[in-house]
Amino acid sequence: MSIELRNVTYKYSTGTAYEMVALDNISLQIPDGQFIGIIGHTGSGKSTLIQHFNGLIRPTSGQVLFDGEDIWGEKYDRRHLRSQVGLVFQYPEHQLFETDVLTDVCFGPKNLGCSEEECKERALEALHQVGLKEKYYHMSPFDLSGGQKRRVAIAGVLAMNPKMLVLDEPTAGLDPKGRDDILDKVKELHETRGISIAIVSHSMEDMAKYVERIIVMNHGHMPFDGTPREVFSHYLELEKIGLAAPQITYIMHALAEHGLAVNTEATTVSEAKESILKALGR
Amino acid sequence: MLKDITIGQYYPADSAIHKLDPRVKIITTVIYIVSLFVTNDWIGYLAAFLFLAACIKVSKVPLSFILKGMKSIAFLLGITVVFNLIFTPGEEVLVTFWKITITEKGLEMAVRMAIRLSFLIVGTSLMTLTTTPNQLTNALERLMKPLSFMLPVHEIAMMMSIALRFIPILMEETDKIMKAQMARGADFETGNIIVRIKNMVPLLVPLFISAFRRANDLAMAMEARCYHGGAGRTQMKPLSYRGNDWVAYGVMWGYLAVCIVLRIVF
Ligand SMILES: Nc1ncnc2c1ncn2[C@@H]1O[C@H](COP(=O)(O)OP(=O)(O)OP(=O)(O)O)[C@@H](O)[C@H]1O
Ligand SMILES: [Mg+2]
Repeated sequence: MSIELRNVTYKYSTGTAYEMVALDNISLQIPDGQFIGIIGHTGSGKSTLIQHFNGLIRPTSGQVLFDGEDIWGEKYDRRHLRSQVGLVFQYPEHQLFETDVLTDVCFGPKNLGCSEEECKERALEALHQVGLKEKYYHMSPFDLSGGQKRRVAIAGVLAMNPKMLVLDEPTAGLDPKGRDDILDKVKELHETRGISIAIVSHSMEDMAKYVERIIVMNHGHMPFDGTPREVFSHYLELEKIGLAAPQITYIMHALAEHGLAVNTEATTVSEAKESILKALGR
Repeated sequence: MLKDITIGQYYPADSAIHKLDPRVKIITTVIYIVSLFVTNDWIGYLAAFLFLAACIKVSKVPLSFILKGMKSIAFLLGITVVFNLIFTPGEEVLVTFWKITITEKGLEMAVRMAIRLSFLIVGTSLMTLTTTPNQLTNALERLMKPLSFMLPVHEIAMMMSIALRFIPILMEETDKIMKAQMARGADFETGNIIVRIKNMVPLLVPLFISAFRRANDLAMAMEARCYHGGAGRTQMKPLSYRGNDWVAYGVMWGYLAVCIVLRIVF
């Protein structure tokens, strides 16, 4: 599985007074099995970008290729593509509609034409993987808490067995534990199922901890694309576009300025700890 | 597909018409509609056409944008024209085929109707294109004030402005939920009518829930800010006429006078 965007430009409301360029000539490649983070201030085009990955919106100009095939080609089966690239929207709990949790999660596989039994099997597996307790399976999704709803919604996409999972701010509005839970589950999925992950987030700490590649968006452009280390080493430029590096980066730079020989590239707490202890000679 | 609906949409531009008091625009629109039905000869239509064309020119709204809004009403217009064409009795028969006869009078009626209706629609959409929904309801509230002894005028205006405000929000929400369900393999485009209606359930249930949630939130937010209806309420920017507005009224009465004179003379 691989996705490639070639010179993709997207404009909202073309031909009206409200025309708005949300993506400006973006080119990028997503190879199989990567764990990617997408950051950018609000309105920078992150959600617009990820909706190109599964053909929900059509680029105003440019191409989107899935496994080398143009997804806007004439006979391309975009419904199949959407089962391959599962997309979980911002506040996905707003898309729940069935009378109970299990049936809601079955919606995706049912649309793919799976048999009743297979639907159920996949739904149970997905619900298990997102870590929702069994006692909730037959409750109305509307009676669950926000975090539980979020899990149901993610399970609804997972049940389609996608080869890539794209999550738009999956942790927005959750408490610290709920946040870590969901991200840990996503990481587990990445490791056990081997699926590629792209995750939009505003938390630099989470990015440093989980992802192997960061894509930075700013006003429809893509100023940085690289490993967390590379990207966060530009922390001064990041600040100029309304972002920041993880707090650890700042501490390490401050320590280095004061003459402690620490590694300023450390981005997570444990890396920082090691580097500081080493610099202190303990 | 949702994008094609332009009725009631606002087109921001910096023009003399945009800056007019909304009351002037509402009254002028009403007078214009009346004038269309007062007129019954071709020279009158010419006057109406010139007046409208001048307004469009001054408003700086592109003609293509106005005509795009006409598309959704073309069907209605078509039906009216066809009915007038075939059901108007008359002496001089132009063509007869099968059981349908088209008379000269019918043809004339159809053309008149088409002209009147399209001028009416273009005229009204020009008003909504150059006036924000808020200004519109504000003006309506002021114009209806004399009726406040028998109607809750303020509440009606408030409900209208909230309803208008929510149209784009709900459209956006529809778009979002539709995409979210499409990402789960939902199909809104194929199948016969029954299948399609059934397929709408995953769209409609979340949409209704979100509409109720929003309505509830809004009511709470209004109450939290001590909203208590119209009694004793004042406005931050009350409407008041300025020089240009009187000029516009002058032009409007002038136009109406021309229409009446034309009607009497011809
Ligand atoms: N449906 C729409 N119609 C018109 N403009 C839109 C629409 N959706 C987004 N935009 C505009 O496109 C730009 C990019 O929006 P996008 O939703 O991709 O931002 P984002 O990076 O996801 O922001 P956030 O972090 O707030 O979710 C914004 O400036 C926004 O105003
Ligand atoms: Mg977004």
